[in-house]
Amino acid sequence: MTDAAIAPLLVSDPRPRAVTTEQPQVRYVLIGVAVIFLVVFLFLPLASVFVEAFSAGLGAYFASITEPDAVSAIKLTLLIAAIAVPANVIFGLAASWTIAKFEFPGKSLLNSLIDLPFSVSPVISGLIYVLLFGAQGYLGPLLKSENIQIIFALPGMVLATIFVTFPFVARELVPLMQEQGTQDEEAALSLGASGWKTFFKVTLPNIRWALLYGVVLCNARAMGEFGAVSVVSGHIRGKTNTMPLHVEILYNEYNFAAAFAVASLLALLASSLSSSRSLWNGAMPTRLPHRAATSRPRRKPWTLGCKMRSTRPPAVRGRCRGRRGGKSRCGSLSRMSCGPMV
Amino acid sequence: MAGARGLALKRPSAIPGFGLALGFTLTYLSLIVLIPLGGLVLKSATLGLAGFLEVVTGPRTLAALRLSFLTALIAAVVNAVFGVIIAWVLIRYRFPGRRLLDAFVDLPFALPTAVAGIALTALYAPNGWMGSWLEPLGIKVAYTPIGITVALVFIGLPFVVRTVQPVLEEFDRELEEASATLGASRSQTVFMVMLPTLMPAILTGFALALARAVGEYGSVIFIAGNMPFKSEIAPLLIIIRLEEFSYAQAAAIGTAMLLISFAILMFVHLVQAWSRKRFGQ
Repeated sequence: MTDAAIAPLLVSDPRPRAVTTEQPQVRYVLIGVAVIFLVVFLFLPLASVFVEAFSAGLGAYFASITEPDAVSAIKLTLLIAAIAVPANVIFGLAASWTIAKFEFPGKSLLNSLIDLPFSVSPVISGLIYVLLFGAQGYLGPLLKSENIQIIFALPGMVLATIFVTFPFVARELVPLMQEQGTQDEEAALSLGASGWKTFFKVTLPNIRWALLYGVVLCNARAMGEFGAVSVVSGHIRGKTNTMPLHVEILYNEYNFAAAFAVASLLALLASSLSSSRSLWNGAMPTRLPHRAATSRPRRKPWTLGCKMRSTRPPAVRGRCRGRRGGKSRCGSLSRMSCGPMV
Repeated sequence: MAGARGLALKRPSAIPGFGLALGFTLTYLSLIVLIPLGGLVLKSATLGLAGFLEVVTGPRTLAALRLSFLTALIAAVVNAVFGVIIAWVLIRYRFPGRRLLDAFVDLPFALPTAVAGIALTALYAPNGWMGSWLEPLGIKVAYTPIGITVALVFIGLPFVVRTVQPVLEEFDRELEEASATLGASRSQTVFMVMLPTLMPAILTGFALALARAVGEYGSVIFIAGNMPFKSEIAPLLIIIRLEEFSYAQAAAIGTAMLLISFAILMFVHLVQAWSRKRFGQ
């Protein structure tokens, strides 16, 4: 560059600007676009739920959420979640233990199969159980002779919910446990702890935040699932109606205020969940030994199927992996010195 | 140790519980996911190949499949563009209300689809907050394919934002500085240095949003209007066939949807692998 080319640059931009950010105008426009998009697409729908719910007055609101059909729907929703969530927690723990602590052939296939329900339409999730257990299904005649009803009854709804929420806990745990490695467990075992003791005293405390978050996500989806449960429920009012199905029935009866009143309960649950995520980030105990690792799931990259390792290169991780406390420093150090391109 | 790898089921390890954990995982996975999905494919196979094709290429099915995939594709593209902008703004800029916005992004994950459906319908119906404002402009959203797309944008947004965010957060500023030092303008740095690196994450988010949107049911049926050939999505057609007790036909449509979704995911996976190889990361 000649002096003549540099001079106007120096003059036209008297205030030095960090080269890694945009011009203020660009920044304001981008912030504006993001805010407007989020307000129109996310905030307005949420706000409209509450506005519509109270449109008929406070009395009508409470009447519609305490009416017998609504109460039985709430109870059924809680019951289904109370069965489906623990089942998926046990599965999530077993799956993440298998995938994160051992090397075996077919591991990446197993890891991808766990994600399978994510890409299956909820309607299909219900359909497969109808085909299996329905009156004309493969096991239909057998179930009928034994007088067991699965479809259009609680078991079918629980199965469909388990299918839909299947990957949630495992998805939170696998990347975290892979990152934590096996050293803590090996240390506990070499000091004489039994396998179960190692699991409860070493592994479980290490993963508790991710586990909790997985449970919360799984629970939210379990309570809110509509498509899959709708296929297997049979919509018997007061009997096999969950909260989302009850909302649908009320809405289709043009009982909008009542529909939105029940919906507002679900929306309240959802909004408290999504705000808790960012609150946790601030409230997480700072002296937690695995802070760097445990806070990770908040920004865990969603991956397609079988991405097995974190973005950090394994050699760097191995080199500076030391005692527990060193982990967070290690992460930032390696990033600073090597960067993601190494 | 390496010699035993081929023979043993797993590499030797001091950690116990492999058999129990793997056994439980595989049993549960098979019972809940694999066997029922196998049953679906088996059921549609009872039609035979000709029967299967006849169901899937029937005009009503074809229209429903086309609508489902087209609206999902448009919604995923919208999400990819705005999702990256939102992720960028949330990571790179500091402004009041940022944390609140960040929390809001998760809402579609947590909000039940039926609730989202009735809320969006109320919003975009001709007498709704948005509808009454768009109606005079001649834009009909509720009960048209545009409404379906709006619902799919709603449910797909967090997939892109949450996939891109962590990668952007860990992005090495030194690369940007190096690019600026070498004389690149800011837009050159963003589009030629940063975007290629973010591409695998953007594609993953795009694919996840697309996969979710194709099968979406709850949020769509309220706003769609559900007119055959016009605004009837494939999952709804499955339910209609199921209510007619045409189980095999329902299974065939379901199988077709699964096959197309997997093909899309596979394609994106390949593009992703290529882009990883090409641009690093």
